[in-house]
Amino acid sequence: MSIVLALVTALLFACGSWLLMQRRLTRIIIGIGLLGHGANLLLITSGGPGGRPPLIGSDPVDTMSDPLPQALALTAIVITFGVTAFLLALGYRSWEITRDDAVENDIEDTMVARREADGPEGPVDDGEPTTSEIGEM
Amino acid sequence: MSTASLVPLPIVLPLLGAAVTVVAGRWRAVQRAVSVTALAALVVISILLLVEAEREGHVVQVAGGWSAPLGIALVVDRLAGIMLVVSSVVLLVVMVYAIGQAGAERERIAFHPLYLVLATGVSASFITGDLFNLFVAFEMMLAASYVLITLGGRPDQVRSGMTYVVISLVASTLFISVLALLYAATGTVNMAELSIRLAEVDPGLKAAFSIMLLIVFGIKAGLFPLFFWLPDSYPTAPGPVTAIFAGLLTKVGVYAIIRTQLLLFDTPGWMGTTLLWVAGATMVVGVLGAIAQDDMKRILAFHIISQIGYMILGLGLLTVAGVAAAVFYVIHHIIVKTALFLVAGLVDRRAGTSRLSEMGGLVRTAPLIAALFAVPALSLAGLPPFSGFLAKFALVDAGLEVDRWAIVTASLAVGLFTLYSMTKIWAGVFWGERDTAPSREPMADGRLGSPLWMVVATATLVAGSIAFSVWAGPLHELSLRAAGDLLDPSVYVEAVLGVDR
Repeated sequence: MSIVLALVTALLFACGSWLLMQRRLTRIIIGIGLLGHGANLLLITSGGPGGRPPLIGSDPVDTMSDPLPQALALTAIVITFGVTAFLLALGYRSWEITRDDAVENDIEDTMVARREADGPEGPVDDGEPTTSEIGEM
Repeated sequence: MSTASLVPLPIVLPLLGAAVTVVAGRWRAVQRAVSVTALAALVVISILLLVEAEREGHVVQVAGGWSAPLGIALVVDRLAGIMLVVSSVVLLVVMVYAIGQAGAERERIAFHPLYLVLATGVSASFITGDLFNLFVAFEMMLAASYVLITLGGRPDQVRSGMTYVVISLVASTLFISVLALLYAATGTVNMAELSIRLAEVDPGLKAAFSIMLLIVFGIKAGLFPLFFWLPDSYPTAPGPVTAIFAGLLTKVGVYAIIRTQLLLFDTPGWMGTTLLWVAGATMVVGVLGAIAQDDMKRILAFHIISQIGYMILGLGLLTVAGVAAAVFYVIHHIIVKTALFLVAGLVDRRAGTSRLSEMGGLVRTAPLIAALFAVPALSLAGLPPFSGFLAKFALVDAGLEVDRWAIVTASLAVGLFTLYSMTKIWAGVFWGERDTAPSREPMADGRLGSPLWMVVATATLVAGSIAFSVWAGPLHELSLRAAGDLLDPSVYVEAVLGVDR
């Protein structure tokens, strides 16, 4: 039981990390979701093996499962849920603006890099960098 | 009524305020009154708590009346008290500034509730005595900050907000994982009890825990090499929001690093050395990053990173003088950094841009703004007699006491570069002629709202930083006592657990 959970946790972390490295926003969001699940599962397993419901008087104490990690995981799940919803809304907004799913480069960084390339006496930036410059992968 | 019963109020009050401001969403005047009242009350309570903590050492309240390891402990020691007072004052001042400014506060119903939830999260992070509760407090603070940073939904905000949210979520996920592993190893998340039980854990495992926690909070604090998201995302938020993020949020991360490293782990020598290396790299990279920038807010954002290095430097020395200098530095930096960002907001409003290459000559058209910039800027660079000088002096003194010459030299060199950056802003913004047309017109005076409140708020913080230099003696004494408590975890443990044992 525990080894299965450990393997699943490892798998979730691996897939989540891989997806997180991608340039596509939807993949990043799914990656975050998987990572969150992995972490919550880890939290559940940290309570040790399962057992009887922890109700006072119903069973001997040493056969009960540890309720604390479950409570913690519940809190963490709610938080992950809310934030993922926000992230999806933000992703949708980003798609609405750019009509593209890719995460863009930092505009200011691009401008600093361009100034460097132009040299100190080079042309002064006078406007936004073109979309091809900031949208390139 | 004992002072201990005041302990939950820094969490309860702003949260209640947030609820009321949601209901009163339609009436901006009511929202403002509620916010300002709640934050002013927070200042008063924080001061009362600090006074009590100073007298008693620790003020402990365990939620729900359960005894310590079962109930969730709320603890105000000297460090938490100091942080509460400084943060609540800054929160109040920035709220006044936001009310004066035409912008997010006027246009968005959500501003007040979010701001108060942020305040709740910040206060809760300072007073909680439970590691999982710290996670919840962080999440509260971060969830509010996610919305505040993207308030308005402009393309650049969405882009940089995305980076910010994703990196914060990764940090949170890591935090949960560390919590799970810590619980598996020790069977508790109460910090006082963790402190006892971790002593029996295998040293290698303990080292792994302390490094993981350092990474989790290092992301939030903007430590090298985890700082990359910070200069990208902070400057795009609405002005007052950037100021509060710059002043407070990274320092909450620093607070968490100081608290967890010193309380939970007996911080062996190699950890100190690691911290010093990280501190050095953070200082140098931050200050060099600032030099390349053209945007005033981004220069200041890079300087947040370099200044975080100073605080970690103090912690890394692992002496009472060093930790005291770190605490002292945090107080100075919260005030000065927030003031600088508030000035950046004033400049932005006056010149219509925050790009150095597009403005100039403000010293003639707006001498007051110039004066308000000069004091915190010189203070940040560490020139006497301003607060930054005293804070750096304390650090250098503590560093030389234990013969850490290399890092002290680095910190002094970084100070010079900071001065260079501040001179660059001064030359770009306040001297010279306006060279090109701003990217947007300065707002016509009718739409500005009341700049009076913005100036009053900024001037209050500037005066605060001067007051810091005047009362530096007693403040440093207080920091020394706070550091003394921090380096002797048994006092904290006894205060939390000892009551019933």
